[in-house]
This record gives sequence, structure tokens and C-alpha cells, in this order.
Amino acid sequence: ASCPQWPYCRKRCSYCNFNKYVVPAVDEAAVGACLVQEVRTLLRLSQVQSVTSVFFGGGTPSLASPSTIAAVLEAIVGAAHLPAGAEVTLEANPSSASPQRLAGFRAAGVNRLSIGVQSLDDAELRLLGREHTAAEAQQAVEIARGLFPGRTSIDLIFGLPGQSRDAWARGLEVALGLCDHHISLYQLTLERGTALAAQVWGGNLPTPPQDLLADMYHTACAMLVSAGFQHYEVSNFARKGALSTHNLSYWRAEQYIGVGPGAHGRFVPWGEGGCSREARVQTLEPDAWMQEVQSRGHGTRRRVVLSLLEQLEEVLALGLRTDEGVTHERWGHFSPNLSLEAVFGVPGEAAELQRQGWLMLDGSGLRCRREGLALLDSLLPDLLCQLQRG
Amino acid sequence: MTLAGRTAARWAWLRSPRLPTVPLCLPPWLPTAPVACERPYSSQSKDKLDMSTYPVESIRNFSIIAHVDHGKSTLADRLLEITGTIAKTDRNKQVLDKLQVERERGITVKAQSASLFYNYEGVNYLLNLIDTPGHVDFSYEVSRSLSACQGVILVVDANEGIQAQTVANFYLAFEAQLAIIPVINKIDLKNADPERVEKQIEKLFDIPIDECVRISAKKGTNVETVLQKVIEKIPPPQCNTADPLKALVFDSTFDHYRGVIANIALFGGEIQKGHKIVSAHTKKRYEVNEVGVLTPNEQPTHKLYAGQVGYVIAGMKEVTEAQIGDTLFLYKQPVEPLPGFKSAKPMVFAGMYPVDQTEYNNLKSALERLTLNDSSVTVHRDSSLALGAGWRLGFLGLLHMEVFNQRLEQEYNMSVILTAPTVPYKAVLSSAKLIKEYGKTEITIINPAQFPDKHLVSEYLEPTVLGTIVTPQEYIGKILVLCQDHRAVQKDMVYIDEHRVMLKYLFPLNEIVVDFYDALKSLSSGYASFDYEDAGYQAADLIKMDILLNGNPVEELATIIHSDKAYATGKFLCERLKDTIPRQLFEIAIQAAIGKKIIARETLKAYRKNVVAKCYGGDITRRMKLLKRQAEGKKLMRKIGNVDVPRDAFIRVLKRQTDK
Repeated sequence: ASCPQWPYCRKRCSYCNFNKYVVPAVDEAAVGACLVQEVRTLLRLSQVQSVTSVFFGGGTPSLASPSTIAAVLEAIVGAAHLPAGAEVTLEANPSSASPQRLAGFRAAGVNRLSIGVQSLDDAELRLLGREHTAAEAQQAVEIARGLFPGRTSIDLIFGLPGQSRDAWARGLEVALGLCDHHISLYQLTLERGTALAAQVWGGNLPTPPQDLLADMYHTACAMLVSAGFQHYEVSNFARKGALSTHNLSYWRAEQYIGVGPGAHGRFVPWGEGGCSREARVQTLEPDAWMQEVQSRGHGTRRRVVLSLLEQLEEVLALGLRTDEGVTHERWGHFSPNLSLEAVFGVPGEAAELQRQGWLMLDGSGLRCRREGLALLDSLLPDLLCQLQRG
Repeated sequence: MTLAGRTAARWAWLRSPRLPTVPLCLPPWLPTAPVACERPYSSQSKDKLDMSTYPVESIRNFSIIAHVDHGKSTLADRLLEITGTIAKTDRNKQVLDKLQVERERGITVKAQSASLFYNYEGVNYLLNLIDTPGHVDFSYEVSRSLSACQGVILVVDANEGIQAQTVANFYLAFEAQLAIIPVINKIDLKNADPERVEKQIEKLFDIPIDECVRISAKKGTNVETVLQKVIEKIPPPQCNTADPLKALVFDSTFDHYRGVIANIALFGGEIQKGHKIVSAHTKKRYEVNEVGVLTPNEQPTHKLYAGQVGYVIAGMKEVTEAQIGDTLFLYKQPVEPLPGFKSAKPMVFAGMYPVDQTEYNNLKSALERLTLNDSSVTVHRDSSLALGAGWRLGFLGLLHMEVFNQRLEQEYNMSVILTAPTVPYKAVLSSAKLIKEYGKTEITIINPAQFPDKHLVSEYLEPTVLGTIVTPQEYIGKILVLCQDHRAVQKDMVYIDEHRVMLKYLFPLNEIVVDFYDALKSLSSGYASFDYEDAGYQAADLIKMDILLNGNPVEELATIIHSDKAYATGKFLCERLKDTIPRQLFEIAIQAAIGKKIIARETLKAYRKNVVAKCYGGDITRRMKLLKRQAEGKKLMRKIGNVDVPRDAFIRVLKRQTDK
């Protein structure tokens, strides 16, 4: 998997703490050239033969021109095999999703679109600091569905200050009438340094109560499941098999290469003589990143070799977010000598959590029950303790 | 080393924000190495003084007593300068206050003494200034200092007038039948009103107005008059050099090189190097290595004679060998020992634990070294399932506790967790079995775990104190309510002038150990002053309150409490726990119980959702870090039944409530 980042946005959203930059004029040619260069360098370092998926994330990658996207995809094809039909997703904002642009992206090779709808209520959109209106979002989704039928996803946010459970359910109902086969629902996380968090923590906006957030989540899950969606990850739902293979690769702890300012990757740099999985982060600040790419071919700022334990911790923490959980096969891929059963099948935390009905260990692997999934972050510290002893 | 200036606090036991119970870092001005608090190993001159030129008639032994910040130490500085004991410079500030904590807080913790030589009307006088600690927490120190005196200088601020501590100190001196010289200080201040203060002194202490001396210690105004009054008003000690040696130990310090340095007052005879002396208390024999006077550093002399005050070094290895109140006499010439002092009784107890258990041994050695110079602190090993191994320390009072804690931090660079203070309760046993077990009918209870059940006792007793409050009259209403809320009984109420009132209340000690003083200060805008003295025990309706988590008692939160306060305290503890225990996978009932009866309950609801919404490529590293920290935290949690309680939840509940 490969995930090029486009780090620029036109406007700062009130809730977002991503590595993003709002600059008056982006030297797109230069940034594009650097993305191309870094893709080549990192693919060579990883010695990856075949790229299974590409995800253009951001920032707001739909602000980049289709030719830049095309150039990056060409670089991938030039350096490794990109099978026909491999998932190529682009994140788009409704405000930069005109039919022409989206058609251009499709022509460039993009075959899946993830649209940051966030809400279908204008007041909520204003609170989130979004540039678009509900009507514009609706229009963008319709255009996208026309261009990427069956391969359009929408993002929604719930748990806004002052939002009621009913308002959320009504919004979701509208979204269900609009959406394609994939929805991501994110509970609003108040991130330090964002305008929204400052308002809530400063007492100017109400803090959504914990129990209300739980109600909203469970309500949404029930609505989506009854609309035929598979709840395949904590925040992700798909029907007709329209799961995001790219995102699944994170949760399955597969290899991925992060390209662009602040991008993260996990891969074995065979090309550099490495033989262990590394956690890699690219330089955050775009200008510095570009200089590094120009001078040494890539902007990798930090490389950390992950120990076997650290890899297994990630396998566990990520895999349990999915409905399939951590399969025996996947675990065995990382830990051929110590099986899932050997670690979690013995008396200890996992057995207790199983007894309480949160967790299940069986022939296919270790996974959360429905009730347990919503409490995963309370289960994981216990499981990590048990893993560390194993 | 930079010393902070004199604190602006008008009273010493203000909760200083610099004094957190769990300090995260030490202020940068603190020395990293322990600073010895014993006196510098230096003598001012090689020539030994001949003290025989000071017969009893030319000796005056006196103390200065005052409310905090009324100018006691400044007056002492001036007296030392005028008599040439120290050079006159601008830098003489609190010369006798040697500890950092004393200078920062503007209080005297460890009494120091100085001998002043002064010629008046052609006679050479030896004036022994015996400094006293400034707070009644240290009243045992005050009383032992006073026992070596025949008179006191009572300093009162011309602006603030008589304060609670002035009253307490006056009565200590009055009961010891000492001559009292009232001095009104700070007459140079703009708002000084010496007439009013003179009237207060006359009204409250029955001292004629014309006996008051008006001074400005800061500017030196009239300070000579004070010296002359000392000579005229204070009688010389009544004793005879021809008698056998009879020396009272009134203080002691520990020097790492020379062992114990005992401060003595000679009530008869003389003492010199080579004398064989015996302790009346331990019967141990010593040979005198050195005698001398304090000026204020040690100045060796050939001899010390009856009536004089000085120090003796005689090969004592431990401070306990120089018991305060002990009498020293010559080997084979025993004397009737002077009436010893009652040993200091701890009034306030608190648990002390290292912030990090790996610091246990360092803290242990710091405690041992600090108690060498402060034998009034009692130390018992203790342990808590939540806080680990530690100690239960007994202090003379709250200020004493704070000062001790501050000295640990400043002089030994130690950070500790100090639990909320408790007081020693008593139970009069009725159960024959228990009486046999304890070997007595009355037991002292320091730890709630030892609290005997009601049917085994005839009554419970709680310690009380007689509190003195001096306040401008406009705050009386609020103060009366405050005192009532703290179960206090009014004993006296006197207008000391048209605007100020002195109130006397009998308080249960446990009612004032936590927040009383802060409340008094805040409702009187800082104008009311407070002091207290031990007033014995009274019967009390005490109960033991347990805190339960899902029905399981939390041992470290059990408290002994008056039944009137149980409901409010139980509710408070439950609420605080609810705020500090993280939500878990199941509901948690937090209850306060007396026996089987639940008196307060809070419910911590189960988590229904706890999972991060987004976890993609860029989020993973951050996520894993947090999870691993939580997993580490999990290992440190105290499990009570099925409930995980983080250590800091206990610290937040157990530690003093004012240190938020």
C-alpha cells in the first residue's frame, strides 16, 4: 500500500489537528515533483514488487490538480507493479469536487473517492469550520457516485457540542438516503490546539456527555446494520463488499509506505539492507521536506526498528478494531513460534474479558464481541499486559 | 546560595504554594546537597574568654517573644549590633535564624542563643539572649528556653497590636513568673498607633502604660533603652558559684564532627574542660571537652560559672543523650535534679511516603538525620497498600509538620507524599479481654485499624486545644459561625480595645488540623490571628468510617471521625473518589459506611464506549504510546476487589485538602 499525502488545505477546520498547511500559493509543480521523487526512492528502499492500493490523503488532496495525481501514480507504476483494479482512493472535500475535477481524477487513475461530508446540517458544518454547505455536500456525493459508482465513501462526524441523539439520527437517516456503499462515522475527538477544543475546554461550548456519545454510536451502528452495512471496523461500515482494502491493510498490520510531509509508514527497508519492520515518519514541514527530497531523494525524518513485541502489540491493537479481529494466520505471520492460543488461551486477562463477554478467542482468531468493540480501549491495556508477560 | 527574603505572611503556617505535598520539581535556588543545620564549626577567636569577670549580679538571662513578624528577629539583630557581638552592617537580617526555612518564612524554628557583653553605668554586664521559636507549635521549645531565663521582652507591632500569639507567649512567660518588658515596635510605620497598643497591653496583661518602650528595631530607635530596661527590670539569676555544679540542658544540637553540643544554663557551681560530669537522667558519665558561650557562634571559654548560659561538648554521641530538661552534675557530687520538662507530645500525625519507592532508603536516611536535630518528631514505620512503605510521623502541630516537610525538601532534596493529618484519639476500654491484651485501660489510637469497637469501650476521647483568636470586631459574626461548625465551645470573649476582640474557644484538635486556619484567614481578609495550646482530652462520640468500593473496604481510607461529621466527610470522600477513579467496564459503587450502615454513596457508571474513533497510518504510533502507558499504569494500580484504583487517586484523596 502506498499513501501519498497532500498537506495543503484552503482553510483550517475547527476540529482538525492534522499536519496541514494553509498557504496562499502552493508551488504545485515542485511539490508534485517531490512526491514523485519520494515515491520512487521509498519504493526502491522497500523493494516492494507490487502495490496493492494507493490512498491520497491530506490535507486536502482534491486541491491538487489531476495531473499531479497522475504523475504520482505513473511513478508508482514505473517503480513497482500496480495491478489493474488495485484500489486508488482520493480524499475529497465537497468544496473542491466539481464534476470536471472529479472526472480529471478518474482519468488520472483514481478509482475510489472518500468525501469529507462530515454533516448534512449547515449549522453543524459552520461549527466544524467547514467550507461547504449541506447542499454542496449532497451535490458532491451525487456527482461522485456518478463517476465512481459503488466506490464512493462518505465521512460523517458525530458528538458535536450541543448535538442531540435525535438530531444525529435524523442526519444519519438523510445520509443513508444519499450514500453509496461505504460510510465512516467518527466521534468528534477534541484535539489539543484546535479552535473547537479551546471553545469546549474554555466553557463556551458544552462538553458532550459520555453516555450520550455511547448512545449516538450504538444508535448509528444499529441503523447502519439494519440498512445492510457490515460493521467491519470501529468507525467503518460497508455493504456489498465495498470495504476499503487500503484501510484494512493498516488494521491487518500489512506494509505501507508513507509519502509526503508528515506521512507515516511501516515497512522493511530491504533496499537499505534492513531486515526488520520499521516505523517511519517523513519530515512534517513541507518546505523542509521538499529540500530533503531534493537533496537525498526522500524526507524520512525518523526511523524506528520495531521489536517483535512492538509489532505484536500493533497487530493486536489494530486487528481488534476489525470485525474479523486478529486471525491465527495473521498472528502466525508475525509470531510463528508463540501462537495466539499460547498467549491468550491461558488463564489471565483475556480469559477474564472473555468470561465478561467482551472478547472471543476461537478457531478463527481473537476478536471483540459487538459490545466489546465499543470498549476496546479499556480492553487493550489488559491484553497488552498479558502479551508482555507471554 | 541565595536566600529568599523574609516572607510577607503575617503568620507562619500559611499554605505556601511553594510547598506542595507532592512537588514535581524543586525550586532552582535549593541546594542539591544537604545543608547541615547545625552550627558552623568555627570559633571567633583563639583566645578563650575568662568568664569569671561576670559575677551573678551582672548577668541577665532573657528571651524575646512576639507574634510572627512583629519584629523579634530584627530586634535581636540590633541588640547583637549595639553590644558589638556582630558587626553593624546592612546585611544583618535574622542573624539567629540560620535555617533556610526560618528565613523564608520569617519564623524561628530552632532556638538559638547569644551572649552579649554590655557596659552600663560603668558595670560590665553579660546579657544572655535566649532566642525562642516563634510559634506555639514549638511551645515546648519556648518553655524550655524560658526556663533558663528570668525575664522576657514582649514585642508587639505598633500597627497590628496584640495578636493571638502575643497572648499565648505572654501567658507562657507570666506562668513562669518572669519579668516582662513590653516593647512596642515599628513606631516608624505610617499607621503605627502605639497609644492604642499600650492600652491593649494594659487591659489584657495588666501592665501599666508607662512601662511600655516604644521602639523601631528596624531604625534602631530606642533600642538602647530596651537594653537598659533588661538590666534594670530583670533580676539576675539566683545561684552561687560555690555550690556544686547544677546545669540545666535546655537545648541541644548535633555536629557531625563533634557530636552533641548541649546548651546549658548553670544554676550552681562551675564547669570546665576535664570535668567529669554525669547526666541525672541517664546516669551516664562524660568528660567535658569544651565549654563556651555563644556569640552567637561557639566561643570557647576557660570556664562557665553559676548564672551563665553557654554550651558544653562532652563526647555525647546521640542527641537522645542530651535530653532537654536533664540536669548535669559533677561525678560523685550529685545534686537534686531540676524539675525536668514534660517531653514533647506529638499532637498531629501524618503518613509520609516516598513519591517513588526506590527513594525509600534515601528518605529513611534523611529522616534519621533530620530527627537528630529535632527530637520532637516521632517516627514509626508504616506501610500502605496504595502508597507502599513509609512512616507515620508525629508532630507538635501543623506548622511543625510543614516546617519538617520543608526542611526535608530544602536540606535533603526529598519529595514526599504527606497524607492528611490526623490526631491521636484515646479509648477507655471496658472489655476485660482487651484490657489484659493491652495491659492498660486507656489506649491511644493513631491508626484507624486499631480502633476498638464501641461495645468494647466505655468511652472514646479526643484531644482538644484552647484556641485564641484576635480579630477586628466586624468579623465576629462569621468567626462565631466558623467556630461552631468546627465543634468549638466558646470560653471567653474580651474587647481588647474599641475595635478588636479576643475570643477563646475550646476546639477538638482534629477540627483545626486541616482547614480551620485557612478559613479563618479568608473570612477575615487576613486580619484575624489564631493560636492554640494543648488542653487535654475530652469525651467524644467517635466512630470509624470505612470507604467501600463495590462492597470491599479500602483500608487506607478508613478514618476515625466524630459522628456529627461522618455524613459530610463520607459524602466528600465519595465524591472525591468518584472524580479520581477512572470509569471501568462495570459500575462501581463508592460508599461510606459506619459498621454495616451506608451513610453516603456515589455511583461511577460503567464505560459504555471507550474506543478511539480514528486509527489510521499516522495515528498508530501515538496510539500505541498511549496504550502502552496505560498498560504500565495498570500494573501500578491497586486492585480493590475487581476495581482498579490508580495510585494518584489515593494521593488526591489522602493528601491534605488544601494542597489542591
